[in-house]
Amino acid sequence: MRYLPITDKERKEMLDKIGVKSVDDLFSPLPQNVLLKKELNIPSAKSEPELEKMMDELGKKNSGANMLSFLGGGCYKHHCPALVDQMISRSEFYTSYTPYQPEVSQGTLQAIFEFQTMIANLFKMDVANASMYDGATAAAEAVLMSHKIQTKRHKVLIASTVNPQYIQTVRTYTGFVVDSIELLEMDAATGCVAEKELEKIDEDTICVVFQYPNYFGMIENIRRISAVTHEKGALLIPVITETTALGILAAPGDIDADIAVGDGQALGIPVNFGGPGVGLFTCKEKYMRKMPGRLIGQTVDKNGNRCFVLTLSAREQHIKREKATSNICSNQGLMATAASIYLATMGKEGMKEVALMNLKRADYLKNKIEKETPCKVAFKGSNYNEFTILTPGCACCVLKALAEKGILGGIHAKKYYPELENAVIVNTTEIHSYEELDKFVAALKEVTGGAK
Amino acid sequence: MSYPGMKDLKLKESVIFERSREGRRGYSLPEEDLKGAENILPAELRRTDLDLPELSEVDVVRHYTRLSTYNYSLDHGFYPLGSCTMKYNPKINEKLVRNPQFTELHPETPAPYAQGTLKIMFEMQRMLAEIGGFAACTLNPSAGAHGEYTGIGIIRSYFDKIGDKKRKKIIIPDSAHGTNPASCALNGFEVVVLQSDEHGKVNLETLKSLLTDEVAGIMLTNPNTLGVFESDILAITKMVHDAGGLVYGDGANMNALLGVARPGDMGIDVLHYNLHKTFSTPHGGGGPGAGPVGVCEKLVEFLPNPFVVLKDGLYTFNDSDNSMGRVRSFYGNMGVTLKAFIYILEYGKEHLGETAKNAVLNANYIKACLRDYYHLKYKSDTLHEVVFDDSEMPNHITTMDIAKALIDRGYHPPTVYFPLIVHGALMIEPTESESKETLDEFIEAMIDIAETAKTNPENILNAPLNTAVSRPDETLAARKPVLKWQRGE
Repeated sequence: MRYLPITDKERKEMLDKIGVKSVDDLFSPLPQNVLLKKELNIPSAKSEPELEKMMDELGKKNSGANMLSFLGGGCYKHHCPALVDQMISRSEFYTSYTPYQPEVSQGTLQAIFEFQTMIANLFKMDVANASMYDGATAAAEAVLMSHKIQTKRHKVLIASTVNPQYIQTVRTYTGFVVDSIELLEMDAATGCVAEKELEKIDEDTICVVFQYPNYFGMIENIRRISAVTHEKGALLIPVITETTALGILAAPGDIDADIAVGDGQALGIPVNFGGPGVGLFTCKEKYMRKMPGRLIGQTVDKNGNRCFVLTLSAREQHIKREKATSNICSNQGLMATAASIYLATMGKEGMKEVALMNLKRADYLKNKIEKETPCKVAFKGSNYNEFTILTPGCACCVLKALAEKGILGGIHAKKYYPELENAVIVNTTEIHSYEELDKFVAALKEVTGGAK
Repeated sequence: MSYPGMKDLKLKESVIFERSREGRRGYSLPEEDLKGAENILPAELRRTDLDLPELSEVDVVRHYTRLSTYNYSLDHGFYPLGSCTMKYNPKINEKLVRNPQFTELHPETPAPYAQGTLKIMFEMQRMLAEIGGFAACTLNPSAGAHGEYTGIGIIRSYFDKIGDKKRKKIIIPDSAHGTNPASCALNGFEVVVLQSDEHGKVNLETLKSLLTDEVAGIMLTNPNTLGVFESDILAITKMVHDAGGLVYGDGANMNALLGVARPGDMGIDVLHYNLHKTFSTPHGGGGPGAGPVGVCEKLVEFLPNPFVVLKDGLYTFNDSDNSMGRVRSFYGNMGVTLKAFIYILEYGKEHLGETAKNAVLNANYIKACLRDYYHLKYKSDTLHEVVFDDSEMPNHITTMDIAKALIDRGYHPPTVYFPLIVHGALMIEPTESESKETLDEFIEAMIDIAETAKTNPENILNAPLNTAVSRPDETLAARKPVLKWQRGE
């Protein structure tokens, strides 16, 4: 076995030094009746060429990877500049671990310090941490943190237009912790939180969680939600799942967010069937010491040189154990580095340019679908690169027919919103050419029974 | 000075924002007239400024290449970080998971068009269950601590379902990782600390005194963080079960048992794996990892949603009504799971057990060679790791000094000051990846440090001497936190 370098001769020498006869003797503390007597029921060992062939064959069964895709819903296909993967493929980054020893980890420490800076700037928030598992767990931790800040309040409000998987994750994490979690229902005309629902925000509200662009692609009335939330003294927690939108959209800091979270997958990380991405977590400075997760800080070494270390660890599990702000003990280090490399490569102009390309494509596609097919745009209002359409008749059949033509037409909203029987959430990004958008519209026209 | 200073082939590198020059660009996008595109959005929804650096592609590449050289990595050399299982990360895994057929597959792709990845997930659920002796396994958790959170959540859901509301306590030995109590707290459990006995183990009498009808279970790392196997494991699990509790296994040290024995066969009800430890996926400077959770038959219905099933010849997702719920978006860190899948198949049923056997051999060899030079608080037999301490070091030399002196000698230090039950702990886990000469060289370095501590303590107290950065001021960092780069520094 190529990863096991000890030879039989060396094993003998080592056993002699240890003073036992065989390796099996080293396992003598185990009860003898639990030692495996038979082979595990797993396949036989494979050589490198056999592994290559096997993975190639399995890969071919993922025909969806080659289809023209308009799937979004919290995971977005953007152009990933070639240098991102080249850089994170340096084994100095990917085969190191948590920077416990700062003298031999300055590469990771500085990269993550820069990540914190770039994310804080993108969100326009005071501080960002070193990252969380994903956007959904970041949202759950944000609610837990706000619960610890707002000790006298009992109610969490979350917009029903937040990514349903995030809502489910928040429920798992906080359902037994807070007294109540209520949804802010949406307005059927706008696909955004209904104005009347804002009356639910009151003096007992811990926090208001909402997403923009929301799950249907719509941009909520962010300034209005912010005003009402703060008027009642609740904490404002915006969630951003499509982070490239911040190249053009008002940032969480622009609407005075208290804690803002999101997922950085859109920043140069492939979709990878949903993971790994990178959870983003930011907040106002006054809440810094209540944050979950790792933080990297700047300091000086004994010779006065600028350097970076893990800091404010008195919040964390290895010191505080059951009293820690969270149980998280790692971050998505390599993915955070990938997102930083992406942001550094795009820069402030590139981020704006990408955002505008997305905005323009979605606008083009939305108008063309409305004009040339029997489908209708579901909601009135502004969107970024995702929007929702209503198919005439069964959406499921429409999506199936499109798939047979090699097109993944979008997400059937009914999966999470049973009342939205014929709604399909469509995403487009800069990876689509206008010819591809036209091709999609033509196919949609065909499978929905012709022109309008 | 404007030229790059040089030491050990390392070039000085500023913070990336300091490299920025207005008007520089490093990206390539199709030419497109975007004039007026912003007006698609009303002005009040738009942002007016964005503070990100402006760099060329070369700037970015040099920056990250230089930063990478400031890291000591597993591919550089020996990385004996105890309890982290820093085993070699096979290159074939890295290559194969970059196949666009996997990376470009969207998680909302309908099942018939994602059969390759779904089949791998199904197989991984099954193989990981088999390896640990469990009925089923979820791939959703994204890290070890996330697996703990999930596993304890499953226990919570179980007691909710059977209507046993009293069980709000979980017993945890004092040698456990900090994540254990934190994961219990996050699930609303109260932690009861079990004091380890003089052998570093769980004492059956002590355990008995803590087991009440308010105890939901025990969280056990086995072998524990001293590398000591709980020989009474069968009695422990029986006692907990008889008292109506469940047994959680922390799989952090699963590398000691891989292919040799199965936690499920010892009465463990729930266990999380660390794919980034036991199954060779790279640690990535802190993540991403993956923390799949295996469970016994009666807990299967509480696994988080969703999981993969085979139905009428099609691999597809399914939900359970009694599930503890969803623990993250989509289905876990698939990119990590794929690497572990390849790793298991490369070893196969014929060789998987050789990992644990070689890992345990290596750890015991280090222990045998260093026990005359470093103090061992617990004399019990150990498996895959060994914990020395600084209690007999001369001239006030501490574990931190030993760690820094190892850096000067070309090693990543072991885990230090953990487990907490050993004052000044130095926790060494060599893994199976290391050759005898690597171990001998490390042993020589450790002996050199022990000798130098007597003859020339300054050399140790001032270490590291060969690094660009030495002993950062961590107090300053915490007292005046600077968590992002600020202009004008």
